[in-house]
Amino acid sequence: MSLPVSSLLRPLPLHSSSRTRFHGSLSTSSTAVLLAALLCGLVLSGCKKKDAAGNSNEIVIGEFAALTGATASFGQSAHNGVRMAIDEANANGGVLGKKLRLVTEDDQSKAGEAATVVRRMISRERPVAIIGEVASSRSLEAAPICQQNKIPMISPASTNPKVTKTGDYIFRVCFIDPFQGAVLAKFMLQRGWTKAAILTDVKQDYAVGLTDFFQDYFTKNGGTIVSEQSYSSGDKDFKAQLTSIRGTNPQAILVAGYYNEAGLIASQARELEIKVPLLGGDGWDSPSLVEVAGEAMEGNFFSNHFSSEDKSPAVQNFLAKYKAKYLLDPDAMGALAYDAAMLLLDAIKRAGTTESAALRDAIASTTGFPAVTGNITLDASRNASKAAVILQIQDGKFRFVETVAP
Amino acid sequence: MDWANLTQQLINGLSLGAIYALIALGYTMVYGVLRFINFAHGDVFMIGAFAGLYVHRWLKPLFHWMPDFLSALIVLLLSMLICAVIGIVIEKLAYKPLRQRSRLTVLITAIGVSLLLSYGTQLVCGAAPKGFPQLIKNETLDLPGVVSMTTEQVVVLVVTVLLLISLRFIVQKTRMGLAMRALSNNPTAASLMGVNTDAVISFTFGLGSALAAAAGIFFAMLYQAIDPFMGILPGIKAFVAAVLGGIGNIAGAALGGVLIGLLETLVVGYSKNIGIPPGFRDAVAFVILILILMFKPAGLLGKSEREKV
Amino acid sequence: MKPNIAHIALAAGLVASFALNAIAPQLDDYAVNILVLAGINIILAVSLNLVNGHTGQFSLGHAGFMAAGAYTSSIITLSLSPVLSTAPAWQGHVAFFGALLVGGVFAALCGFLVGVPSLRLRGDYLAIVTLGFGEIIRVVIQNTEALGGARGLEGIPPYTNLLWTFGIATVAIYVVASLVNSTYGRGFIAVRDDEIAAEAMGINTTKYKVTAFVVGAFFAGLAGGLYAHFISYIAPEGFNFLKSVDVVVMVILGGMGSTPGVAAAAVLLTLMNELLRDFEQYRMIVFALLLIVLMIIRPQGLLGNFQRRKRKPAQP
Repeated sequence: MSLPVSSLLRPLPLHSSSRTRFHGSLSTSSTAVLLAALLCGLVLSGCKKKDAAGNSNEIVIGEFAALTGATASFGQSAHNGVRMAIDEANANGGVLGKKLRLVTEDDQSKAGEAATVVRRMISRERPVAIIGEVASSRSLEAAPICQQNKIPMISPASTNPKVTKTGDYIFRVCFIDPFQGAVLAKFMLQRGWTKAAILTDVKQDYAVGLTDFFQDYFTKNGGTIVSEQSYSSGDKDFKAQLTSIRGTNPQAILVAGYYNEAGLIASQARELEIKVPLLGGDGWDSPSLVEVAGEAMEGNFFSNHFSSEDKSPAVQNFLAKYKAKYLLDPDAMGALAYDAAMLLLDAIKRAGTTESAALRDAIASTTGFPAVTGNITLDASRNASKAAVILQIQDGKFRFVETVAP
Repeated sequence: MDWANLTQQLINGLSLGAIYALIALGYTMVYGVLRFINFAHGDVFMIGAFAGLYVHRWLKPLFHWMPDFLSALIVLLLSMLICAVIGIVIEKLAYKPLRQRSRLTVLITAIGVSLLLSYGTQLVCGAAPKGFPQLIKNETLDLPGVVSMTTEQVVVLVVTVLLLISLRFIVQKTRMGLAMRALSNNPTAASLMGVNTDAVISFTFGLGSALAAAAGIFFAMLYQAIDPFMGILPGIKAFVAAVLGGIGNIAGAALGGVLIGLLETLVVGYSKNIGIPPGFRDAVAFVILILILMFKPAGLLGKSEREKV
Repeated sequence: MKPNIAHIALAAGLVASFALNAIAPQLDDYAVNILVLAGINIILAVSLNLVNGHTGQFSLGHAGFMAAGAYTSSIITLSLSPVLSTAPAWQGHVAFFGALLVGGVFAALCGFLVGVPSLRLRGDYLAIVTLGFGEIIRVVIQNTEALGGARGLEGIPPYTNLLWTFGIATVAIYVVASLVNSTYGRGFIAVRDDEIAAEAMGINTTKYKVTAFVVGAFFAGLAGGLYAHFISYIAPEGFNFLKSVDVVVMVILGGMGSTPGVAAAAVLLTLMNELLRDFEQYRMIVFALLLIVLMIIRPQGLLGNFQRRKRKPAQP
């Protein structure tokens, strides 16, 4: 790619006279020249990469994640999970007799970047399938590209229903927002909390979706929403909203958003002496949740994809391996990404080929795949149907409360 | 009307307003002596919060031996000092070479400085928000009614008032303050009368940055989390506060800050009653800015001034 | 002005866009992706340059106009898509072009709204007001359920191709260059160089400022529409203040007031973004330093070359 830069600089001396600007049409025409030169350079450099892939001794698996930027903590966990699955498979001799090679792109947690990096990955490496993203907004950018190129894409944790509606090559291994919203509503009602307040992060598609589906289930099943408030991620001050909520005396508060703000909300709520429990979705799942809020988080609940306290051998086995490899406790993103990769490898084995249509069919027909986050069966809409767990924060740890089945 | 709720919202708004006021002072003072908007001021505020975090981390072993308020004071003063130095260095390196240039050139430089500070902090400290330690033991004080106030809110309000009083003393009663006022009034005359312009400008930047650092610490204390881009919005809102009060006017900046803090909190708190979604919070300051610039460009306390040819 | 050469350049640019579009199937997706982004950035930078560079009105709200155009055109194509999905492709493209234009006009309307208060404001104040306007547009979208709110709009039909992108980029360059280089256009430069003197010479500075804002916003709206119909998904977060800063950086590095310089900077920065992908953390730091150093030693920009007259010291 060094070509375009050098071709860029050459046409410029044309304009070295400071008066050029005042003699109009010259600059217009030379702009065209400049443009043409640039584009030729670019096009040439683009063409060269046409047949990079095609090594028959390996299978290329693509992954895109937010390794840097605001949501890097999710992206890093997901990347760890995928890498562990691939390394494991390679240690066991690969798949279909071939070594696996993982290609990872960083979308920097930024809008627009996911589309670019996925195109780049597809053009350069031609992966047989792509794993990503955690964030629904970035999965929605990449999904049409994967669909168009007929490359199966498996999202580990995008819970927005729209993601898999893009087309028949797009899958996910997590439950979706309607289910999670319903689970939280069901849980509240079971405990007899029929007056709930809602505090939603309106900047996050995930949070808005969660709130909608929660509200729907909650009000249809006898609950009342006494107060609806909102905030935008990045906000630090929630006292105004919380003061309003306090005035309506709810029995529980749904805080739909991510852990950064959830922690702040919890501590500001306690400062305002709001003593009812706060509930959240899987966006709360991060060690930072407790770090920021400390004691204020105690007793609150959130729904999640798995619990590290689950005694099942799949979970315990995964925990031990992850800890040995990364010296860290895995979070749900790590587990889901691991599951996404394992499910993909299983599908490749079942298909016996990496040809895209066959692989797509193999993934689509996954039934009862024994995953860390519960047995996965992909339904007709390419969503995983499986149970959610409810966790409670006790002594700074996430304690398993119960499993809620679909 | 629910009076307890209103009082509570006013207390919340007041502590937010105090922070805006402290930042706004820096804008207004720099504008007073140099006639330009220091776009990077919001990032100095952010650096103040990060400085507080790291000072607290480094000195933690020492803090076991002293009461809360003393260690908090040390963190506050050290961060203010660090930011004062940073402010002076920024002025010397980036703005001083541009003293005779157009405002636009200086504005672009200031945007560059702003980006440098926020992306530099992101590189060093990471993009993810960081928790801020509890500097003083936070207790909820119950006031009459169902109104409550935290120790932190009380400390923020009291210290802000103290800082404002000492700032007024510096500006009105010291030789440096006299020089600042002289420079603001007429730079040419001031330098002819023997005012050391460079020294006064450095001092102004140092003072403004120290106040921004205090605001950064207070912000972090009240809202517990800090990140490299936290300075952009409060910085711009504080600028609006300075314009609202009348840019160049110190009392005006304080007033503007408090007003914006209160208005913002009330809009969010009463969004249902007034029919504005709370998401519009960040638009409040800009709407005020546009209204004030259209109808009373000199601000509430400023005196109008014609652009001279 | 010699219209012949300008028109020939316009025609050449359009033919080149056709040619480029014709060979697009030979290129890999990634190359097309970079080209489209580069083209969109050219439109953004050249249109912002009319406001910031030629007219000397510093705007920091370009992303807001982009958002206005992106949302307007997407809403139109999305509501037409049930009809268009079965219609021949060319009809889709005609509809797309119409939607783009409506988006551009709506963005221009927003530009008019920003331009009017700007009549009373100068330099740095205006920068903050435009920043505020940009943010207000974003906040409104974020809180409007019909526009998808924070969740954004997905499934926007991907009509954008190299022909549309570079065709519009060529037109943007042509329009801005002809505007500025015409007798009429001397007014923009006069407003920039000395507003008070311009006014004294009988130039209607108000009209020039508003024209610059409206034309700049119109093309930003087109760029937004192209972006939306390329990525297929838009959310308000993608049009934040930092996006405006990206465009400002292109204009400043390219040289304020130099159309070729700014267009080249747009392409260069798009390429740098790709080449330096692994050094993303450092990219913005380098740009920030570049801005500071440039303003001190070369305020006309890295690639620009006009002589910026030294102003008198700021009046007290």
